[in-house]
Amino acid sequence: MTATTAQQQHQREASPEAQAEVLREHEPGEGGVRVVLAQIAPRLGDVPANLRRHLAIVEEAKRGGAHLVVFPELSLTGYFLKDLVPDVALREDAPELAALARAADGVDVLAGAVLESEDVRFHNAALYFSQGRLLHVHRKVYLPTYGLFDEQRYLAPGDRFRSFEAPFPAAAQRRAWQAGVLVCEDMWHLSAPALLARQGVELLLCPSSSPGRGVAHGEALGTARSYDAMTRNYAALTTSYLLYCNRVGYEDGINFWGGSRVVDPEGSVCAEAGDGEELLWHRLDLDAVRRVRLAYPLLRDERHDLVDVETDRLRDLRRTEQ
Amino acid sequence: MAQTVNPADALSIDTAVVERIVVGFIREEVRKVGFERVVLGMSGGIDSALSAALSARALGPENVTPVIMPYRTSSPESERDARAVCAHFGLTPDLVDISPQVDAYFTNRFPDADRARRGNKMARERMAVLYDMSMAHRALVVGTSNKTELLLGYGTVYGDMAHALNPLGDLYKTQVWALARHLGIPTHVVEKAPSADLWEGQSDEAELGFAYAVVDVLLYHMVDERCTRRELRGMGFQDAFIDDITRRVRDSQYKRRPPLIAKLSARTIDREFRYPRDWGR
Repeated sequence: MTATTAQQQHQREASPEAQAEVLREHEPGEGGVRVVLAQIAPRLGDVPANLRRHLAIVEEAKRGGAHLVVFPELSLTGYFLKDLVPDVALREDAPELAALARAADGVDVLAGAVLESEDVRFHNAALYFSQGRLLHVHRKVYLPTYGLFDEQRYLAPGDRFRSFEAPFPAAAQRRAWQAGVLVCEDMWHLSAPALLARQGVELLLCPSSSPGRGVAHGEALGTARSYDAMTRNYAALTTSYLLYCNRVGYEDGINFWGGSRVVDPEGSVCAEAGDGEELLWHRLDLDAVRRVRLAYPLLRDERHDLVDVETDRLRDLRRTEQ
Repeated sequence: MAQTVNPADALSIDTAVVERIVVGFIREEVRKVGFERVVLGMSGGIDSALSAALSARALGPENVTPVIMPYRTSSPESERDARAVCAHFGLTPDLVDISPQVDAYFTNRFPDADRARRGNKMARERMAVLYDMSMAHRALVVGTSNKTELLLGYGTVYGDMAHALNPLGDLYKTQVWALARHLGIPTHVVEKAPSADLWEGQSDEAELGFAYAVVDVLLYHMVDERCTRRELRGMGFQDAFIDDITRRVRDSQYKRRPPLIAKLSARTIDREFRYPRDWGR
């Protein structure tokens, strides 16, 4: 464990006063990246009210020493928007996003909104703000259009999964983290976390608006069981931290079940929210990522060359069959 | 399809989870539209008892007004059971006898009307009373129709099927029984034979021709799991029964939908004009 090693070395060299300082820094809850999962119930279609709520929560998180606040999918707008999509959509230069960017000073923020493009496409987007600016945008790739979902009727799909450097400027890390975003349904496609893992992510940010359903066979909510399995498996298979931030509340009688959670790189749930509004705090540690990757060098052994060759072969095979 | 040893097991529910979701549903959807109170018809049967119990848990008993609306042929036991449930959950019921208005209509104008017409009329009189109470108490009307009767069309359109919110509409009758036991509804109300009590001696299961415990298993696998006929036969259901239930569900589809609108414009309500009901809430 690097923390311990570095600490021991420091202790050997430093004066007793300096040693005490080092120990204080490593008290439980100190050091690392302090994250807050803001499990809220956004108001449907009310961007001004939701924005005020975001700013208040970011302020509270900053006061508590947080380095990152994660909001759920479409946190600025609510989820079952239907024909409200164009009414609540924001352009990248919208004053609402500028306000969030300004708030993201000393604390990074991931929030959800409908983004309108110049050619009038609307994207279900997760926006990452840091150091006073919009640093990264992920447009949801997989728009569910089945069962109670109708996203492709109203929204355009994104076309990429890209990792980015999450700086956490206030966290005094030795380096930035490699992060990637999966929005809700993106998680139901194996290739999505695989593509992010290939880009070296250490932190999977998963905002979600998952409606609770499936009460048959005497079991707890079917959706909660599915996400329990996915979040733990993705964290373990990518040896990354995974932050799952789901929303709560009801829209048109449909409930959102909450259960936001922090999963560590071994796949263990280390913090979990209930079914109401909640700010879930936890501390992430780069050294934990390193430690797990020493024990499970899955990423070292991953055969990207094989995936590439096989993908080409399959593409050629399909061409010859046609 | 989820395979189970006994198909009936599929209907079992985690009652604590269901209670939490439904109580939250009532609380949020009532308050979101600026209300604090609800009214509901209280028949003495299990469905209205459950709706009342869930409403009381969501909003507090002082914010729930059950209305007992007997007709002169209604069983006195029904009113007694309705009052017992109210007492059990700390609710104060209103009583409105609907005999005068129902009799005024049939006695003078349609003395030969059959009992189906009379039953529907009673259901719609009760609806009219509830919507008047809704205005008087500034309260939303909470429904009591379960998934079994909604799917079978065993209800009166614009009668008992009319309400603002329905906490039970996604629960089969079998699941209503389970949730009612969990909430501590008096045992004799849970265990008595279900009846619409529109005429003396009426019984749901006699009128429908099958037991809820059986039809629920079929409906669950037809509707929720979308099983093939071969799979349904494999569970022991006869073709004639499957046909009968399929027809009932299909023929009552109109009851579960808003009225048809003749399409003319480019943006017709509920076709291209699609907004959430919670629009601006």
